[in-house]
Amino acid sequence: MTPPATPARGRFEIFLGYAAGVGKTYQMLDAGQELRQKGVDVVIGYFEPHGRKDTISRTKGLESVPRRKLEYRGTLFEEMDTDAILRRKPEVCLVDELAHTNVPGSERVKRWQDVHVLLDAGITVLTSVNIQHLESLNDQIWQMTGVRVRETIPDWVVDQADEIVVVDVTPRALRHRLERGVIYSREKADKALENFFTEQNLSALREIAMRHAAHEIEEKLSAQDDLAPADDAVPSPVPADTVRRKECILICIDERPSSIVLIRRGRRVADYLRAECLAIYVCRDASLASLSAEDRETVERHLGFARNLRIRTEIVEGLDLAAGVVQFAHERGVTQVFMGRSVSRNWKQRIHGSMLQRVVRLARDMEITIVAERRR
Amino acid sequence: MEAEERQAGRGRLKIFLGYASRVGKSFRMLDEGRRRKQRGQDVVIGFIQSKVGPEVQCLVSTLEIIPGLKLRTGGTEEEVLDIVAILERHPQVCLVDELARDNPPGSRNPKRWQDVQELLDAGITVVTAVNLQHIAELQDAIEKITRKRAQQTVPEAFIRSADEIVIVDAPPEDLQQREPGNAADTRRLSELREMALLVAAEVVDEQLHQCLQLQGVEMFLGSQERILVCITPRSNARRMLESGRRNAERFHCGFLAVYVRQTGLAPADEELVQKHLALAREFGADVHILDATDSAHAILDFAHAHAVTQLFVGHSLTSRWREVLFGNPLDQLIRAADAMDVRIFPHRASL
Repeated sequence: MTPPATPARGRFEIFLGYAAGVGKTYQMLDAGQELRQKGVDVVIGYFEPHGRKDTISRTKGLESVPRRKLEYRGTLFEEMDTDAILRRKPEVCLVDELAHTNVPGSERVKRWQDVHVLLDAGITVLTSVNIQHLESLNDQIWQMTGVRVRETIPDWVVDQADEIVVVDVTPRALRHRLERGVIYSREKADKALENFFTEQNLSALREIAMRHAAHEIEEKLSAQDDLAPADDAVPSPVPADTVRRKECILICIDERPSSIVLIRRGRRVADYLRAECLAIYVCRDASLASLSAEDRETVERHLGFARNLRIRTEIVEGLDLAAGVVQFAHERGVTQVFMGRSVSRNWKQRIHGSMLQRVVRLARDMEITIVAERRR
Repeated sequence: MEAEERQAGRGRLKIFLGYASRVGKSFRMLDEGRRRKQRGQDVVIGFIQSKVGPEVQCLVSTLEIIPGLKLRTGGTEEEVLDIVAILERHPQVCLVDELARDNPPGSRNPKRWQDVQELLDAGITVVTAVNLQHIAELQDAIEKITRKRAQQTVPEAFIRSADEIVIVDAPPEDLQQREPGNAADTRRLSELREMALLVAAEVVDEQLHQCLQLQGVEMFLGSQERILVCITPRSNARRMLESGRRNAERFHCGFLAVYVRQTGLAPADEELVQKHLALAREFGADVHILDATDSAHAILDFAHAHAVTQLFVGHSLTSRWREVLFGNPLDQLIRAADAMDVRIFPHRASL
């Protein structure tokens, strides 16, 4: 018996906005309506009405797959019912709020993981997300707006989209919508206008969203070029990557919370430079047994955080931090090392130089980047 | 302040910018008109193209139209805004499609954007739509993509003078479904789309900085990257500048180079500095020369003033005992520049 053919992966389309209320959901539903009118089998997998009349009116005539009800700590929650959608097997499924975290007890932690299940089953997914949910922007957005976004999504999930459509309105129009109570209740709107929805925050987020969308288009075009080289290109047995000196970024992780900032920033810069990205922790023993339980847990969390962003991680054995980093970097052809700031300045460092100074001295032809501190 | 004064008595200009025809600019413009009318504003259509789809037609029919003037030039009849009629009717809001149109000879103004200017001056708010390909200053860049130049254009300054600009985005595939083209079109459309997003981002950035200025915010980082390369005689300037240029290209961001003048340089070093600075200009960096005694301090002040996010510096491997004990300028700079990434490049001599 031949195994059933795996279906081609569904198309993945994202409506990208810069804040709540710009009209992502509306436009996603509109696209769904347009497809339905063309005879495509479209269902709503998850839709968050937020009591917005205009948006709700756009669901008219679209079939909704009932949500799954889950109880958690005595409260009833509703989540997207991925299994039910798989059974229903539509051509296209509309899924609101891609960055959503499922209630504990759900099969998958994040909604984007549910979306991947649908895509793998050959279902086309139209979804919506705001720019501030991108993991690599988290510190930057906190610094700009004072808001620490909790629900994040790894950048690579968004990079994989076949299409990203920017949903744009001006900050002025958005603030008017808030004032008219279209987006939130009166009370919530007043607070929002004072805090997050200031003109400067909205403008900055909007600029970032536009730049990010432009970047994604450029990456797609570049990927097409890699697949189909120009006709006059001489075929070469050497892979292109080894010909042009490919950049490789190495992130040095430690026990400090600033490692998270370092990882996010390294990932972002690597994405823009089309560089490979690695992260290491240098320790006396690879099993981390010499660390305190608390430090071990922290280091493992940092390494896991990096892996979640598709950064390859390694624990390097060595007594000398600086030497360990530099040796690893030389072996792997690293071009740029990302480090945090050294803090302690004791007498030993005065004589031998700080970790940073030693890495700089040993690294010779590599570039060393000391990542900015994010403060407010 | 100036912006506020300019606002007094003047209508607001709102532009819907698309990267190609068929993205839905006219629809968005008219939809805005419909919503404003619903909210009680006095809205009229000053101009709408005659060939529109059923959805757009549906919106048109809900709004009052001030018929254009029909002008006959040669064998063709052209329609232009009836400025006199609009001024007389004096609505709160006037919708004007196809901002980039040239008016036929004998019209009140040679260009439609000048008509719009007149309406704005009269205190009428104008909502309009324009295609990226019609921005005058972008013609060289556009030609590289499409091999065509637009006959009728709007100056970029006019686009930038808009109080509000909205990007109308749609996947190239959707456009092709609306009006089939060939596969090469999809690529061209994607390139235009990227350009439109970056142009809009620039306008938004300008507005952001005006807003920050009004509020007296001194430094605001995060909305975009900016790279600053620090030049010294013995730094490996070529490598730093090449890297700076590549990074700036990838991030589509500002690229600056700075040199703090050193007194008593040997002629050979002076010559090197001049070569480095020439190279920086050749690479498109915005070059600045500073006079200061404390170079670390001067660079930092400059970097803060220009909202730099990535500072590129060179280091020399000579580590004298004095530097170990008292810290060298590089250490001081790194310690003080905690709001930006500092990228340290090896000096040429060390290779």
